Amino acid sequence: MKRLLCFLFAVLLISLPSFSWAQVLTVSAAASLTDAFKEVGAKFEATHPDVTVRFNFAASGVLLQQIRQGAPVDVFASADEPTVSRGIEAGVLDVSTRRDFATNALVLIVPAGQASSVKSLTDLSMPEVRRIAIGKIPTVPVGRYTQEALEGAKLWTALEPKFVQADSVRQVLDYVARGEAEAGFVYRTDAVLIPNDVRIVEVVSRHAPVTYPVVAVSASREHATAKAFIDYLVSPPAQAILKRYGFSQS
Amino acid sequence: MSDSLHQVDWSPLWLSLRVASVATALALVAGIALGWLFARRRFPGSTVLEAVFMLPLVLPPTVIGYALLVAGGRRSIVGGWLYRQTGYTIVFNWHGAVLASALVALPLVLKSANAAFAGVDRTLEAAARTLRQSPWSVFLRITLPLAWPGILAGTLLAFARAMGEFGATLMVAGDIAHQTQTLSMAIYDAMQDSRDDVAFLLVAITSVISVAVLVLSGRFLSLR
Repeated sequence: MKRLLCFLFAVLLISLPSFSWAQVLTVSAAASLTDAFKEVGAKFEATHPDVTVRFNFAASGVLLQQIRQGAPVDVFASADEPTVSRGIEAGVLDVSTRRDFATNALVLIVPAGQASSVKSLTDLSMPEVRRIAIGKIPTVPVGRYTQEALEGAKLWTALEPKFVQADSVRQVLDYVARGEAEAGFVYRTDAVLIPNDVRIVEVVSRHAPVTYPVVAVSASREHATAKAFIDYLVSPPAQAILKRYGFSQS
Repeated sequence: MSDSLHQVDWSPLWLSLRVASVATALALVAGIALGWLFARRRFPGSTVLEAVFMLPLVLPPTVIGYALLVAGGRRSIVGGWLYRQTGYTIVFNWHGAVLASALVALPLVLKSANAAFAGVDRTLEAAARTLRQSPWSVFLRITLPLAWPGILAGTLLAFARAMGEFGATLMVAGDIAHQTQTLSMAIYDAMQDSRDDVAFLLVAITSVISVAVLVLSGRFLSLR
């Protein structure tokens, strides 16, 4: 009995939240921002010693859904404009804090290291291309850019049976890198991260510009810090990091 | 009723039932063979081997999914060879979902078959042998029927577990509408996509099926 009580007491101790005086800023960001934002976050923490930045990376649509369900998020950085607009309409994002901080390009990729017959968009119709990885249309922005571009090229309907829809742009990248899909659509910044595994075939046009808006969450209790992070994102030091990862200035 | 409920796609439900049925059948055959082996034969390393087959019960589904991808993906030795020879791959294929579900369902059949075989009265088997029954005939006419209620209870649990498989299936079979999108994937998608009413409906269906299967399983256990 005594041992059982000791055990339960130990469980109670480890279940207490770790205590700290530092402010924690939770940033939900599009999956394509993962590597660049980790570096931006570290730099931001260096200039704001009392703040700890916590990142939550996923597809923009999934992140918005979490925020709508009341997830304790302070800043939201999306890979497209419509997702932010939906959040503003739903009243969960603070429109006055919104800034566009980066742009990107949509690219068609194939697995590197093996001869690919895919030389352009139209080659995707060939029978040897069995699977094409794209982002899930309802929740992953890169999927919608892809849909728009392929509809513009009058290829969407014909290619539809080949699509494998992934949970985020990084999963699309992984499917192609593993060779499980013969082609995929990601952002240029994702493709250049693993040049040994994937090869860019072409930069795809005929879609709305890939713009990244950042906005504070209305329910945030760290509004001043959230604002400071957004200002930092458009400042030269953060823009230099984003540029190094291949993002363009908006 | 909202608009999205009028256009609920039922293919995930049928696919889940199909995947779970095939996976359970595979787990049943393998589970009976292995359960009998570990209940009746002791050999060097048998306890370790049994633990290995029980692993999927405790390992995170991501580990199963990763292992299947590493072993069966196009860049793997086995999966790569198979793909080059035949163009067949378990990745993005509902067979991948079956394999993942069968692996996680196997321990439930194995454990219950093991216990059921251990509980069979050996003197009845000996009596059958004195009546000049072959070992195979003894197994089919005496051992298996006596162990059956326990095995069936475990099989139903395995079916319920296979219905609910998510992590490993998502990694191996992907989430392709009308091809590999099972009930648990459809719930995941509906939730992410703010179609809460659809998610709720699918959750209710899954829960009803699972409760029914668990009640049945309990019935068979009390028969023993």
